[in-house]
Amino acid sequence: MAGGAEILKLVAQRIALGILLLFAVSVLIFLGTEILPGDVAQSILGQAATPQALENLRRELGLDQPAVVRYFSWLGGVLTGDLGTALSNRLDIATAIGPRLKNTLFLAFWAAVVSVPLAILLGLLAVRYRNGPIDKMISGTALASTSLPEFFIGYVLIYFFAVKLNWFPSFSTVYEGMPFLDRMRAIALPATVLTLVVLAHMMRMTRAAILNIMQSAYIETAELKGLSQFDIIRRHAFPNAIAPIVNVVMLNLAFLVVGVVVVEVIFVYPGMGQYLVDHVARRDVPVVQAVGLIFAAVYIGLNLVADIVAILANPRLRHPR
Amino acid sequence: MADTLLDIRDLRIEATSYPPDGPPRDVLIVDGVSLKLEKGRVLGLIGESGAGKSTIGLSAMAYGRGGVRLTGGEVFLNGREIRLARPSQLRRLRGREVTYVAQSAAAAFNPAKKLMEQVIEATLEHGLASRSEAEKRAVTLFRKLGLPNPESFGRRYPHQVSGGQLQRAMTAMALCPQPDLVIFDEPTTALDVTTQIDVLAAIKEAIRDTGVGALYITHDLAVVAQVSDEIMVLRQGRMVEHGTTQQIIEAPREDYTRALVSVRGIEHEETAPAEPVLRVANVTARYPGISQDVLSDVSVGIAPGQTLAVVGESGSGKSTLARAITGLLPPTSGEITFAGRRLSPALKDRSRDDLRELQMIYQMADVAMNPRQTVATIIGRPLEFYFGLRGRKRNERVQELLDAIELGTGFADRYPAELSGGQKQRVCIARALAARPKLIICDEVTSALDPLVADGILKLLLELQKRENVAYLFITHDLATVRAIADSIAVMYRGRLVRYGPKSQVLAPPYDDYTDLLLSSVPEMRLGWLEEVIENRRMESAGN
Amino acid sequence: MIAIPGLGRIPVGALIGLFFTSLFLFAAVFAPWIAPYPGSQIIGGVWEPRSAAHWLGTDNLGRDLLSRMIYGARITVFIAAAATALAFSLGAILGFAAAVVGGWFDTIMSRFVDLLMSIPTLIFGLVVLSVLPSTIPVLIMVMGLLDSTRVYRLSRAVAADINVMDFVEAAKLRGEGRRWIIFREILPNALSPLVSELGLRFIYAVLFLSALSFLGLGVQPPDSDWGGMVRENKEGIVFGIAAALIPAGAIAALAISVNLVADWILTRTTSLKGGRGG
Repeated sequence: MAGGAEILKLVAQRIALGILLLFAVSVLIFLGTEILPGDVAQSILGQAATPQALENLRRELGLDQPAVVRYFSWLGGVLTGDLGTALSNRLDIATAIGPRLKNTLFLAFWAAVVSVPLAILLGLLAVRYRNGPIDKMISGTALASTSLPEFFIGYVLIYFFAVKLNWFPSFSTVYEGMPFLDRMRAIALPATVLTLVVLAHMMRMTRAAILNIMQSAYIETAELKGLSQFDIIRRHAFPNAIAPIVNVVMLNLAFLVVGVVVVEVIFVYPGMGQYLVDHVARRDVPVVQAVGLIFAAVYIGLNLVADIVAILANPRLRHPR
Repeated sequence: MADTLLDIRDLRIEATSYPPDGPPRDVLIVDGVSLKLEKGRVLGLIGESGAGKSTIGLSAMAYGRGGVRLTGGEVFLNGREIRLARPSQLRRLRGREVTYVAQSAAAAFNPAKKLMEQVIEATLEHGLASRSEAEKRAVTLFRKLGLPNPESFGRRYPHQVSGGQLQRAMTAMALCPQPDLVIFDEPTTALDVTTQIDVLAAIKEAIRDTGVGALYITHDLAVVAQVSDEIMVLRQGRMVEHGTTQQIIEAPREDYTRALVSVRGIEHEETAPAEPVLRVANVTARYPGISQDVLSDVSVGIAPGQTLAVVGESGSGKSTLARAITGLLPPTSGEITFAGRRLSPALKDRSRDDLRELQMIYQMADVAMNPRQTVATIIGRPLEFYFGLRGRKRNERVQELLDAIELGTGFADRYPAELSGGQKQRVCIARALAARPKLIICDEVTSALDPLVADGILKLLLELQKRENVAYLFITHDLATVRAIADSIAVMYRGRLVRYGPKSQVLAPPYDDYTDLLLSSVPEMRLGWLEEVIENRRMESAGN
Repeated sequence: MIAIPGLGRIPVGALIGLFFTSLFLFAAVFAPWIAPYPGSQIIGGVWEPRSAAHWLGTDNLGRDLLSRMIYGARITVFIAAAATALAFSLGAILGFAAAVVGGWFDTIMSRFVDLLMSIPTLIFGLVVLSVLPSTIPVLIMVMGLLDSTRVYRLSRAVAADINVMDFVEAAKLRGEGRRWIIFREILPNALSPLVSELGLRFIYAVLFLSALSFLGLGVQPPDSDWGGMVRENKEGIVFGIAAALIPAGAIAALAISVNLVADWILTRTTSLKGGRGG
């Protein structure tokens, strides 16, 4: 490939930028939790703590050191896999996160697997019959769905399908060693909520991306050569549509990262979102920092992949002059 | 008749417009147009923008772009009616019996595929030849059309070749399936003047060689006169006149046709040079961060009340010269003197009088006016800003200026969106005049306008110049306009001044190479002109 | 389309949107005068069904649901509106300034905003609220600051688009000062996309606040916005009591209505004389 070196350089640059961003975000998250006006040791031991006990706890937690030092020791820990210890229950964060991360990824995976093809299909349909009743209905529903809060969709689904019809459990408890089919039943409703939320956003964007391609001049050229619709889409639209659609998908999977938090709380699903919210309520700073960083890393990672795909798919870069 | 290639009878074309605060409306684009084209003949469709020429051209393939519908009349291609044909029937004839060359080849090619693949696609699709045969045909066409390295040209991607080459590749794509009819939709409009000639010649030869019939659509009468056997003049969806090229050019019957033919018949007597009001001395400039000079050692002068035309193609630096003079791009060396004072290189250091006496008019009048301001505000602001005029005095002066630009009462309260292209440009002229300038820079002010409208603007500018004794720096790429209005001419090429002096000198031989190329590339409304140019060029390159 | 004197032709959707938006706004403003009972007082049994005394029944503690909804409207709308106002003023001013001034100011601001936007808003909100008290001023500030990033990006893009137009250059060449250029040349042309963005930001603020309150980190008891009410009543769902669906539904209704109105305003402002297509 003639442009191999050029592309490699661009991709490497983008990855480097991503890593830099991640570091900057870690600083931001660390700073964000440093604005605490009060005292962590105080809030853990309560009002009745003796000054000595507070002093000891502070030293134990390393709170007597300047912020910069604490940041780097935290960062060092993160890079070696040690995410610290939870303040509220003294458990190692990394081991606590392990199974929860798996659960969240399981849920997110199935939501993605359903929503992505569906979004592309609906986008194609909307463009094929654009400005007609099908298009208007699809776009209208999508628009309305983006205005619906997740807990609305969630509780409506629970009310009808779990409580009234009893098809699915209302609490999505999963545990180690659970049979696959039971696990799927447990995540059916939360995955549906996630799918609907992400689908609503994604569908409008896939429609816009596909429409943009279909309105390009070279599509008209293909039509004027007498090619069938199918051939036009296959030979001309599709190769050029990969990059924008992947871009849309990545951006919306990033949505998934956020959506999962509320959904896990609604369905009491033992994942990362539930974990984060619990510990935010308990003001457990190390957990919040660790989980926040993980979420941010995934978000940045997805955006990074989107950018790299856009670079790789650009014919001008693959075959420079 | 077996020889009639295309027979259009009483064609009606409509479109639907969707205004945001009302019901959708049907708009009539083409109203009852009829034409006949015999095999092997070329029919030129000419008209201003909005005349419906592209729409009619596409109707020969029974295609309506963007929601345009063929609602009435009949279209016979090779004896078969196609307006009401089924999509499957249309697919059989498109790309096989009739093909299309678009205005912008850059947009019409798929950026992700090699050129050869796209050029032979239609031929393969309709089973007209095997792949190796089709590729051979393509290479032959590339050679005939004068493309470099015809054997390997097809292996490149669209973005790897120039605009002129792409346009020729598009022509090859249209000729490869050996169709009966090719529709050329403004194929050279987007190209530079010097490139245009080569492509035009290539197209004409290809048409003659292959004996294909063609519809040639353009707004440039001089261009269409070079390639067509017959010409049809269109205006607002209706036919104005139809005849042989010779008859249209030499003996037009309708008034409108006559007006189109005699455009640029403006004559302007050259005035004697005098002490310049603007002197540009050895100005060199470059954009920050770019190592190449975009202007190199340019020196020109303009006398009061006179016009200096700055001519060149895209990339010549003519617009950059304007930016250097106005202070938007401070020169790296050289000096600019205006009305006896030295102008500070940067805009922010200039006095209010410096700013006032040097005004500018832009190419696109839509974008040059704030769409949320009324005409009164647009013209009135310089009056307020420079002269402190307010209230009634301001309104009176605004009305005076409106009269001067030949727009009567009732225009003061209108918004730009309600004006036509020519009216918009007139308002911009009034805005410039309001400041009572000594020099107005006109940056391609007629390039975006239809020929008749452009004519009116030029006449207006000349009148105003006589009355107000204002000098013009007239930037343009159109030599005909230059002949019409200039006192002195500067020819620019790649940031350098190639030729400079009074009009009579610059336009008289002996020429330098570039000016020669430029002057000979402007199509003249004369039959046989293209053949002469091609012949001359062939002799020159043979002689070298 | 229906013709209303004074407002012109309005599509049915926008009319419905206007109706509900006004309804909610009315409830928000006049809450103390129209609520049948005080918001936090326990006056009945837990989760009583609808009756003449309690049009929407009672909630998980026995408080009148309708009254709580009305007061909830007040809190939800107030916080969301304040946050939107903050986000908008901050984002728009900085965005415009960045586009017009350019240079290092633009680069630094834009890089910083890029950084802020690379963390999902909900996550960042949670992180910050893990250490800050969830009082109403804090909520407004946090939401306003986080949302201003999107407004910044949009205003900067719109202003940059307009800044390169010839009429702005003409004003610069005239010698107009920065204030004239921003307020008389750029701003009037930036209004239409900004106005529609205003509607979207408000909806987002409502949804964001509700999510925070639902997670227990938003408005704290005894005050309650609609999101908090969903949280309070969610236990009932398992028992087939739909009380939590009412505030959830109200949030959805408010969001959809504002969306419809914002859409309509967008199409109207672009068709105004002299209006640009956004």
